[in-house]
Amino acid sequence: MSAAEPLLEVRDLKVHFSGKTRGGLMGKLTLLRAVDGISFRVRPGETLGVVGESGCGKSTLGRAVLQLIPVTAGEVVWLGRPIQHLDAREMRPLRRDMQIVFQDPLAALDPRMTVGEIIGEPLDTFLPSIPKAEGKARVQEMMAKVGLSPHMLNRYPHEFSGGQCQRIGIARSMILNPKLIVCDEPVSALDVSIQAQIVNLLMRLQRELGISLILISHDLSVVRHICHRILVLYLGRMMEIASRDELYASPRHPYTQALISAVPIPDPDLEAKKPRIMLGGDVHSPFDPPSGCLFRTRCPKATALCAEVVPPEDRLSETHRVACHHWRE
Amino acid sequence: MALLTVSHLNTRFDTPEGEVKAVNDVSFTIAEGETIGVVGESGSGKSQVFLTIMGLLAANGRATGSARFRGVELLGLRTDELNRIRGSRLAMIFQDSMTSLNPYLRISRQMTEVLVTHRGLSETEARAQGIALLERVRIPDAARRFDMYPHEFSGGMRQRVMIAMALLCQPDLLIADEPTTALDVTIQAQILELMRELKRSSNTAIIMITHALGVVAGLCDRVLVMYGGRIVEEAPVRQIFYEPQHPYTHGLLRSTPRLDEADASELRTIPGQPPNLQRLPPGCAFNERCAWRFERCRVEEPAFREIGHGQRKACHLEHLEVPS
Repeated sequence: MSAAEPLLEVRDLKVHFSGKTRGGLMGKLTLLRAVDGISFRVRPGETLGVVGESGCGKSTLGRAVLQLIPVTAGEVVWLGRPIQHLDAREMRPLRRDMQIVFQDPLAALDPRMTVGEIIGEPLDTFLPSIPKAEGKARVQEMMAKVGLSPHMLNRYPHEFSGGQCQRIGIARSMILNPKLIVCDEPVSALDVSIQAQIVNLLMRLQRELGISLILISHDLSVVRHICHRILVLYLGRMMEIASRDELYASPRHPYTQALISAVPIPDPDLEAKKPRIMLGGDVHSPFDPPSGCLFRTRCPKATALCAEVVPPEDRLSETHRVACHHWRE
Repeated sequence: MALLTVSHLNTRFDTPEGEVKAVNDVSFTIAEGETIGVVGESGSGKSQVFLTIMGLLAANGRATGSARFRGVELLGLRTDELNRIRGSRLAMIFQDSMTSLNPYLRISRQMTEVLVTHRGLSETEARAQGIALLERVRIPDAARRFDMYPHEFSGGMRQRVMIAMALLCQPDLLIADEPTTALDVTIQAQILELMRELKRSSNTAIIMITHALGVVAGLCDRVLVMYGGRIVEEAPVRQIFYEPQHPYTHGLLRSTPRLDEADASELRTIPGQPPNLQRLPPGCAFNERCAWRFERCRVEEPAFREIGHGQRKACHLEHLEVPS
């Protein structure tokens, strides 16, 4: 496989849920478009950041890519092969190459299993024939790689701190040497000083092992630090996708601009003079999305056109796409 | 006279596993109209200091020391006397606005109750003031929303309602415990703007408790940094960010990824983990993680001392030399 060939390609992906609006018996069935027409590629060794606020569909997108929830429409192409219609049995051999790390590190670990069993479980599942001693050696090697003392093999998750539990989750996700790991808010539950340790660990492992990462996060500072490219979502739709430098140096979508300006910078002088773009109101209810552009109800640039026509994705460069009628202004 | 003077405050919790030393010898003052940031990680004691002062300690907690608010000692004050101060002169808002509001009562009822109880207003006057305050915190369509229930508001709007409620009696001091942590970043920006506006337009002193350094940079005049239940550094905001003198403050600043930096190199981390408050190490609580530690740090707890320019720190180092 050449380096340019994508590991994963997602084409016009849709994940819709049917839900009931408020109002008891009178509530009517409506469609929630959690992910609505998203396309992107992930190349080997690349980190794609997926950012957006709560309810934007970023976690749903991550789970749909891994076929953990059913896809409504569109394609998920893994190494050139569409996988969205595979059943659980057909997916199984592919799973060892695609892993996930969750936000709440303690909740993601079985409290009755030892750390060694947790990290080694994927080995037992996918490579049951390898001898016990070799399995143990691999687990201990992985523990050392993520910064856990290998002698803690027989301890239980509750004996570890949040940061250490996240290391356990990462070790487990990496033990089979996968090609892709979806990290769903991997550092959000951690303290600042521990966050940095995990961010470094992810970056180092990715560099050393050449794994691709999809990093789902609401923290634009962390995303800027780790990711090569960034996808910005709002109410299930793509607003903008760009390389890190393009996105942070010249964000084109008004939502991206507002998101970036909203992040507080730990520097009093910069904070005092930086331009602030204040968005009015709250994210619109996903059950009753606005017509046209989904962001228009909060957008400082919105015009009549935005209410009528869904903005098409304009391509600014090989890596930069934006869905806005007014990005040139 | 200082608005709030806290001296030698200690808070302990009795647990089956032993005593937890949540707050250790904390002293500071707050002047009228000042905005203070209190920064620390989980377990640093940043919330417990203020829960202690507000008389909101859990049943297994006890406090010693002193916290004088306008000269009145708050520790050990009778509940009815404390209630006269809490909610009127002294207000506190919390991270989770949903659990702080009564889900069974309309916002109007929860807001007017305070005014009727504390200020003796009539129901009509209280309603008018309540609506005016909701407008002040920029709740759109405030008059109509006034009679809604908490669940009918979004998270950001509930936090605005909380702020409006805290402002009802024009408190002298507003304590905000991680008020934006549960909110999305664009909503956080709205709430921080609201706090800045409050700071400009009123004489209410604000204490902003947060784990996020960025939040205090744009809002606060002075910052207290807490670690292991102690204040380890205190300084005017620019000094904390540009000339930190405690290795922990320095480490915290270095380990925070910044939005304005394109650098994709490794973050400088603080090794290890925050201390266990049941088994604080001898000497300085930070010594095991500190790159500057020397023999004395392991045996002697550093005193919290004045180091000039309104800066204080609890560290044996004379001056923090940072290799560039």
